[in-house]
Amino acid sequence: MKTWVFVEESNRAPAPVGLELLTKARAFGDVAAVFLGSSDEAIAELGRHGAGTVYKMTPPDGVLPAAAAAAALADLIASETPDLVLFGLTYTDRDVAGRLSARLGRPVVSNATDIRIDGDSVVVTNEIFGGTVLVETAVRAEAPALVIARPKSFAAEPGDEQTPTVTDVAVPDVGHAGSAAVTAVHEEKSQGPKLEDANIVVAGGRGLGAAEKFEMIEQLAGKLGAATGATRAVVDAGWVAYSKQVGQTGKTVKPSVYIACGISGAMQHLVGMKNSGTIIAINKDPDAPIFDVADLGIVGDVHQVLPKLLEALA
Amino acid sequence: MNIVVCVKQIPDPANPSELDAESHFLVRPDDQIMDDGDRYGVEMALQLAEAAEGSVTLVSMGPAGNLQGIRQALAMGAEKAVIITDDALRGAGALETARVLAAAITREGFDIVLCGTESTDGYSGIVPQQIAELLGVPALTYARRVEVDGSTVKIEQQTAAGYNEVEAPIPVLLSLTAGAVEPRYPTFKGIMAAKSKPIDQLALSDLEIDVAGAGQEILTVAEAPGRAGGVKIEDEGEAHLEIVSKLQELKVV
Repeated sequence: MKTWVFVEESNRAPAPVGLELLTKARAFGDVAAVFLGSSDEAIAELGRHGAGTVYKMTPPDGVLPAAAAAAALADLIASETPDLVLFGLTYTDRDVAGRLSARLGRPVVSNATDIRIDGDSVVVTNEIFGGTVLVETAVRAEAPALVIARPKSFAAEPGDEQTPTVTDVAVPDVGHAGSAAVTAVHEEKSQGPKLEDANIVVAGGRGLGAAEKFEMIEQLAGKLGAATGATRAVVDAGWVAYSKQVGQTGKTVKPSVYIACGISGAMQHLVGMKNSGTIIAINKDPDAPIFDVADLGIVGDVHQVLPKLLEALA
Repeated sequence: MNIVVCVKQIPDPANPSELDAESHFLVRPDDQIMDDGDRYGVEMALQLAEAAEGSVTLVSMGPAGNLQGIRQALAMGAEKAVIITDDALRGAGALETARVLAAAITREGFDIVLCGTESTDGYSGIVPQQIAELLGVPALTYARRVEVDGSTVKIEQQTAAGYNEVEAPIPVLLSLTAGAVEPRYPTFKGIMAAKSKPIDQLALSDLEIDVAGAGQEILTVAEAPGRAGGVKIEDEGEAHLEIVSKLQELKVV
């Protein structure tokens, strides 16, 4: 099976989910990367993860790249005829995969947590209802099958090392559809370990009640050397930066320990954290869905439990 | 300024949904509510329309049921709604949904299309981008702040590291994160007015499009393996000690 992995450059390196997908795709046969970026170091890293060919698309300057990248990818697919194209569930990948799907008239299966080849069919496992139900879907449309996989579904490991053949791919002018201009880029700096790489995550939800109560989350994280995370409700309320969001639109995390404080466990949130090693949850609603995934669930008020916990750890 | 908002009626998440055992399609009750995430799109549309003397049209696809969810959005202040319901759309995937919505949006005419980032029940998270491609317009995705300046739409776009400032000329599509605005509650007057607002119920043939089918076959549906050995403890003042001993057991303190 001829498989392509779409990989966006992030800080002069391949986006981590891209390396995870290359690792998975090696088992399917011939693997190439479609790289949206320009860094030579990143391209070498793709080769170390088994990409024999790298189709290099230099993103157009100062505009959102998705519309042009999807058009370039559609042309490339027409001439090179891959069987399967994989994307990660990231902001840019979602934009490119969605546009590509509409352009090619092919469905895209989103939220994949596993992918296998059965004869000449691509079979995708995804989770619905917040991960409580697993659905296996076979792609029956004309090739290529388009799949968007959740980050951290597969572990990235170098292997089948190659010095990739790099092919430059021209990114076309797509007119109005490609005219969204990026006028400024802002990075929200945060202290401590990076949320997506942290070994321990302490996360807060709406149950904290007020923005200033998030400080308890930061204190607990400080004591444990953990990263802080938050639910969509909390970032939407403006209590903490969007970069802290764990969930569907946000980050997928898989730490050894996840401590959920005042989080009810909406599907949106569960899909981003339920594969954590050990989950500890504090919530006052005994029926909250978070308790279905918690190894240790405390039915109680975060405003009572957390201060005592902080004191006990002092 | 014509503003179109894509909304979805979904089974109430408070009453667990299920899949039909034979067809594997989601069972959709008559009583459906507006997807909570869509309230932000409706609110943003109303605010933009109020500032630019525009109109707000809702576009939706799916079983009409008793139209409760659509009326919720009309009660907030949208002027009219179009809902496409057709047996041929049972089990439709994201691309079929996008094709239908794009055709309905084109039929209505638009300057700005507003969508959520993903639905609460299906959450494939790609329908807005598919619609944008079909309409041939820029997609200003994951917008957390929106401003219209003449014929330019400016947003703050959520990114993994923070946010970008992005702008594009209309016509344009936006996908909104929930925090972009604070949705209003329908007033009593709004709820009464919604009862007589026009709701256009269309079939596929009205849009003159064919939907080829999802191109996907559901093979199996199974319960995910649960997490074994979870314990739940009622806090009676000492439950924090359980967390301490768990953290010690895990060797993180």
